[in-house]
Amino acid sequence: MTQPFRLPSGGRIDRARVLRFSFDGRAFEGHPGDSLASALLANGVHLVGRSFKYHRPRGIVSAGSEEPNALVTIDRGAGRMTPNLRATQIELYDGLVATSQNRWPSLEFDIGAIGQFASRLIPAGFYYKTFLWPPRAWKHLYEPLIRRAAGLGKAPGEPDPDTYAHQFAHCDVLVVGGGPAGLQAALAAAAQAESVILCDEQPEPGGSALHDPARASELSDLLAKLRALSHVRILQRTTAFGMFAQNFVALAQRLSDHIEPSAASGPRERLWQVRAKRIVLATGAIERPLVFPGNDLPGVMLAEAARIYANRFCALPGKRIVIATSADSAYEAAGDLRRAGAEIVAIVDAREGRPIADDFNVIAGAIIDTKGRARIEGCTVQLADGSTLPVDCDVLLMSGGWTPNASLLSQARGALRFEPILQTFVPDVLPPGISCVGACAGDLRPQGDASRPIHPKAFVDFQNDVTSADIALAVREGFRSIEHIKRYTTNGMATDQGKTSNLNAMMIAAAERSVAPQDIGATTFRPPYTPVTFGTFAGASRGELFEPVRRLPSHQWAKAHGGVFEDAGQWKRVSCFARPAETMRDCVNREVLTVRKKVGVFDASSLGKIELAGPDAVDFLNRIYINDFSALAIGRCRYALMLHESGVVLDDGIVARLAEDRFHITTTSGGIGHVLQHMEDFLQTEYTDLRVWLTDVTEQWATFAIQGPLAGNIVQSLLPDAGLSQASLPHMSLRELVWNGSDLRLMRASFTGEAGFEINVPSVQGAALWDTLVDAAERLDGCAYGLEALNVLRAEKGYIIVGQETDGSVTADDLGYGKMVGARKGDFVGKRSLSLPHLAAKGRKQLVGLLPLQLAQTFEEGAQITQAPHPASGTHALGHVTTAFWSATLDRFIALALLEDGRARIGQTLHVPMPAGAIAVQVTSPVFFDPDGSRLRG
Amino acid sequence: MLLIRCPYCETERPELEFRYGGEALLERPKDPALVSDDAWTAYLWTCKNPKGPHAERWRHVHGCGRFFNAARNTVSDLIVSTWRVDDSPPANFDGGGA
Ligand SMILES: [Zn+2]
Repeated sequence: MTQPFRLPSGGRIDRARVLRFSFDGRAFEGHPGDSLASALLANGVHLVGRSFKYHRPRGIVSAGSEEPNALVTIDRGAGRMTPNLRATQIELYDGLVATSQNRWPSLEFDIGAIGQFASRLIPAGFYYKTFLWPPRAWKHLYEPLIRRAAGLGKAPGEPDPDTYAHQFAHCDVLVVGGGPAGLQAALAAAAQAESVILCDEQPEPGGSALHDPARASELSDLLAKLRALSHVRILQRTTAFGMFAQNFVALAQRLSDHIEPSAASGPRERLWQVRAKRIVLATGAIERPLVFPGNDLPGVMLAEAARIYANRFCALPGKRIVIATSADSAYEAAGDLRRAGAEIVAIVDAREGRPIADDFNVIAGAIIDTKGRARIEGCTVQLADGSTLPVDCDVLLMSGGWTPNASLLSQARGALRFEPILQTFVPDVLPPGISCVGACAGDLRPQGDASRPIHPKAFVDFQNDVTSADIALAVREGFRSIEHIKRYTTNGMATDQGKTSNLNAMMIAAAERSVAPQDIGATTFRPPYTPVTFGTFAGASRGELFEPVRRLPSHQWAKAHGGVFEDAGQWKRVSCFARPAETMRDCVNREVLTVRKKVGVFDASSLGKIELAGPDAVDFLNRIYINDFSALAIGRCRYALMLHESGVVLDDGIVARLAEDRFHITTTSGGIGHVLQHMEDFLQTEYTDLRVWLTDVTEQWATFAIQGPLAGNIVQSLLPDAGLSQASLPHMSLRELVWNGSDLRLMRASFTGEAGFEINVPSVQGAALWDTLVDAAERLDGCAYGLEALNVLRAEKGYIIVGQETDGSVTADDLGYGKMVGARKGDFVGKRSLSLPHLAAKGRKQLVGLLPLQLAQTFEEGAQITQAPHPASGTHALGHVTTAFWSATLDRFIALALLEDGRARIGQTLHVPMPAGAIAVQVTSPVFFDPDGSRLRG
Repeated sequence: MLLIRCPYCETERPELEFRYGGEALLERPKDPALVSDDAWTAYLWTCKNPKGPHAERWRHVHGCGRFFNAARNTVSDLIVSTWRVDDSPPANFDGGGA
């Protein structure tokens, strides 16, 4: 017979439809409206998992999102396997495949269960203590052992094929929780507010009214009224998981996991980011377990959970029920369960002021022991006079009273206070704009304290396997603050954040410390309220949409011509243009030699570009750069360095004067953002007297470098009527021309040491000009070259790259550019710092060249430089290698380095220690090729 | 995520549109050449880091691009007021501790 514990009538399930599902490979049946937990209980299944540390058999404890034990893995196909889902929140669908976790080889026979006998080996704080043991033992013995024994479900291995959505929303009132209090709050708010959002984590609204037949008509009446209001939006299956500053709330809406995979479509989940003027928390209360030996056995449940399973899901947890309680609410559960057909063997009430209930066998006392291995079989009751009484049962229900579910209030930095009448913590100080209603506000039935006597071997935190003995040990070892006890024992630090365990842990810690509960305080809850998938956070920002991709104008050409791409920030740049059967090194060597002997073209469009305009432009440049621009003629360019106010190099580039009041400025490719921020900062907040405007024109201009002895031929053929000569367009000058009907800015400039040009055209013309330039170059036996060749060419000339030769500690003088500092001009950004002792002193690291004495020897960028080949331990390095390349031009290995008093060491032999041994190097000038610059002039 | 009122756009916008710009109300010496090494180093590196109200610079970088000043309480993380760089701080602002 299937579903032997299913009740014949009532509830909110649809008995007309049968859903088939499997758990650990066994086939079962349930109905629409079931949760996985209720369907398992209807089939008599209580054992659903093994515990984290000790592999103890565990069952279903609750009926909601507070569930600590019943974590399962749901498999919805390739890439759609989700571990650690709460069976109490999984809606049943036809074909659902669930498996238990943390067991081997099977749930019933788990070898790791030996771990429970080893519990004395893994006491509170074992995470910390084990690190004190011999390191070899940790690495080879304890860690593998603990890793194999402990843990939750396994992470999926394949990419997630699902899509996820993001949505922003604003509202006057956000109500969290769709129980009677939340629905009433939404209705009340709707009378005044223009927009109300109500979110509820369950599949249907109603909360506690869903399992209270007496409130059915009240519920349908409330819902009818709310649904008639167009300015009230109700979001089901939606968990408010994070509360942030100024009433900013994050909601996770589950859209398709409750539908069988073949029928599901659209996004799997949606992240709502809601800004609410007012927030009403109607998150209810959570029932508190009791702490007695064996309280974690399958079949031991929360009393109200059993009532929910019976009334709402029509699944009877057991036939012979004992209820242990300190709260009046358990008597309602007892009544409903008896009506559903169960025998209430006894109600064990720990309170002096227990209610009179003549129709039940009420015993004054407490549970002190249990019987059973993988399922509860009975318990021992200690009576008020100290005598004991054995009682048989198949389900043991516990109710230690209710605690307002204040997770979100705690996230929003609200404060709680201990309420002695209720023996629990209730909201006290509410943050502005946030209110609590219903059980969440502390509106609860009479209840008392059931935390005594304290049994040492009883579980407090089921998910992290923390016992009362662990908490007592932490107190004995000197921990006082509840936050420290929490971290040391890990109580409340599992995926459930201790929703069912925190209060018990606090009460035990208070008792062990002999202080009042209000003096021990409550722990802080943090987002997320329940675990949220990574997909929900990522939304559409995955793969190609993770970050914008910036492509050069030559991108398509490069793809078709062997371009090897590399990522530089958001840019796709080309390392080299490999020909068939060419290695990368051969390719780079060929490109370098072609530039030196013929001509090469390079796509430099990623260079940052700023157009600077205004009557005070020269004044501004003089204050921002170290150079003096007063004498820079229209049509001329200057290599310029920019400092941080602390005196270190921030960026470099070329400043070209287009007109009296207009400049074209380049920055490094990665530098445009912070250079513009730096310039705007000074312009807006310091140099407010200057009439200057800055515009980022990086994406307006495509920029190509044409470099090599034949570069002039290409430019001549491209612009035959411009009348360009060395005299009319000398090195470091600029001309504005027209090409193909578009503006063109031609600059004679070089970053390779060869005669060369940089051409700027509007980006839309970029691809066409690139094709023209490559075509012209190839007719002269030239070629396109990539970033690797450019790096070799500039390193051969000792040209720096900001960020490669500089690191936030390097000054202009360190680079050998001290003479660039405008001597006659006044203050500029960073100038004052240049005379600070640490920047002016001897012993600073200066830019030099390094040549290995053995031609074949190579070393790596970042390598250290030392005096001796095998320096004694503790010897400080003299400097480090910043750039290291094979120079095809010189047919040898070259490097740039920052070296203490480097310029004074030129000619010395030093060492670069590498794993295979130290390499002897000669210190040289950083300029390896054409030191007098004769090639620049063609 | 904070809501920040840009005093130039005169609207409250989410924090995503802004970039923090360090401590505000720091006076760059009129002629840095005339100040001592100690005074210059203090200007560069010494921060108030108060517990409570703090004057800060923010930039509406994904909006109007303007720098402005804000009084943020470092305990509550709330921005109490914002003002343009050429305006004075609000009268009741204590300037960010000693
Ligand atoms: Zn603005």
